[in-house]
Amino acid sequence: MAETELKSARFRREREGDWRRLETLLQRLEREPVSRLSDEDLLAIPVLYRATLSALSVARETSLDRSLLEYLEGLSARAYFLVYGARSNLGARLVRFFVHDWPAAARALWRETLLSAAVLVGGAAVAAWLYAVDADWYFAFVPRQYAQGRDPTATASALRDILYSHAHGGMLQVFAAFLFTHNAEIAVLAFALGFAFGVPTALLVFANGCTLGAMLALYASHGLLLPLGGWLMIHGVTELSATVLAGAAGFRIGWSLAFPGERSRLDAAAVAGRQASTLMAGVLLMLLVAGGLEGIGRQVITSDLARYAIAGLSALGWAVYLYGPRRSRP
Amino acid sequence: MSAVGASVINPERQRFARELVTPEGVALRITLATASERAGAFLLDAVIILGVLVAATALCAWVASATHGRALSLIGVIWLLGFFLLRNGWFLGFELGARAATPGKRVFGLRVAARHGGRLTADALFARNAMREIEVFLPLTFLVVNAGGVDAVMAALGLLWTGVFALFPLFNRDRLRAGDVVAGTWVVRDPRRALATDLARTDLARDPRFAFDSGQVQAYGVAELQVLEDVLRGQDRRAVRLVAERIRTRIGWLQGPEETDRAFLDAYYSALRARLEAGLLQGRRRRDKHDAA
Repeated sequence: MAETELKSARFRREREGDWRRLETLLQRLEREPVSRLSDEDLLAIPVLYRATLSALSVARETSLDRSLLEYLEGLSARAYFLVYGARSNLGARLVRFFVHDWPAAARALWRETLLSAAVLVGGAAVAAWLYAVDADWYFAFVPRQYAQGRDPTATASALRDILYSHAHGGMLQVFAAFLFTHNAEIAVLAFALGFAFGVPTALLVFANGCTLGAMLALYASHGLLLPLGGWLMIHGVTELSATVLAGAAGFRIGWSLAFPGERSRLDAAAVAGRQASTLMAGVLLMLLVAGGLEGIGRQVITSDLARYAIAGLSALGWAVYLYGPRRSRP
Repeated sequence: MSAVGASVINPERQRFARELVTPEGVALRITLATASERAGAFLLDAVIILGVLVAATALCAWVASATHGRALSLIGVIWLLGFFLLRNGWFLGFELGARAATPGKRVFGLRVAARHGGRLTADALFARNAMREIEVFLPLTFLVVNAGGVDAVMAALGLLWTGVFALFPLFNRDRLRAGDVVAGTWVVRDPRRALATDLARTDLARDPRFAFDSGQVQAYGVAELQVLEDVLRGQDRRAVRLVAERIRTRIGWLQGPEETDRAFLDAYYSALRARLEAGLLQGRRRRDKHDAA
């Protein structure tokens, strides 16, 4: 017996240093920012990871030391999670999102967007029609606490005053922040409800359309449609677009779950979910802009012309940004 | 030995064991988190979020009173946006980190991972956390509705409906919640294990007191070897004695005058492993004692 040490023990002894080094590096990366590690260490991680993976493959075939096998299994998985984890340069990621991902997601979901817009317009049309039949329908679409005196019993001059009042004094920013968070929660809800095959998403978008339609019908019945348009559209272009896109994101998820096509249901849902959530990140940004325009811009700018100008510019801006022609990426 | 073996292999762990194939083509074994671990982690996070919210609100109120209401609008904006960020960004922010886990998940030793290997992307994490809106907040709104008559019936039906989303993880094998489905993720145990010392001892292989013949080292297979490893790594003296007696009986070994159970098992483990690993190198894996030698 010239050699008494087991082959598997020698295998372990020769490589243990590398494994320990990888383990230390992983531990540091989980606690400290990447920038604290030296370039040499960072470059070593993928190399050590692959070495550990291959050691695991060898150990599975040649070693019966279960503690070693489990250790290598765990170390490989941890290194794998890190090497293939959610770790990308935030700045580069943001640039990519604005330059490519967001418009691409919006264009990929064009069918859902059309459907969502149709549901919104349909809701508005139904509400306007019902209002024409019987004005009491108004309260079915606009709850009394939100109506704030804007109801069928109000006089035309009272309705007009609401459109041009410089309300809220120094609390405008709070109002804007409130509008943003409120609308954002509803948009995220519309997205999440897509999980129930998109039906509740449609209801939510439809209800939004109903409120819009009832308001339009009320002001139109007093001959105030043009001023209301300015009051509504200064932020409404952005906000309604965001609503439509959030609905579209929900529809995409619902559609992929109901009709997964050639992929398995789970895979189809995962692909659709990622695409729709990219769009949702954009929707939240749009709502931030809309909240600012509604909370501050509308209270400060009371000229119809200026309001319509901002509405028109924002409509053009979003349309060109999201759907305009662009060079294909290399 | 089978009695000891049954206590070592955990059926729960077997049930949640999955394979994850890396892009390099190696299948890694990982263990999914159980529903109770997930719920515990979430509750812990919820408690921390509530605590932060209460503390931040108190701080805002204190600053507001200290400045005599002059900075009220600024404080209002900060509070509103802070609340929004806390509600929507807490999970997303932590899961984007290198550890891919919120503080609650860390305590329970869990982490988020992409289901089919590959990268865990920011859009996937956004999707999985946006779904909390229907899994947590929507059921909560139906739960706190204070109504009677028809409204109460509607609230109960609403709770039933949203309960489907909240309890979704209990109705599938992989404990996926709605967010995991649309994001293509799952939650796994953090695979962190210490490397224990090698039990194979070279000194005992030369020891003349423990010269096993070839028949004696052929008595067992891999399954028994690993149970023996567990016994040797454990602290249970009774198990050591029982196992030593069983092995001596089976291989017909006479206990020497100075021979302890522990030394005997150490030596037998080294010899058995050497024998079985030699078989592996020649392409023979003897699963257990019933397998052909």
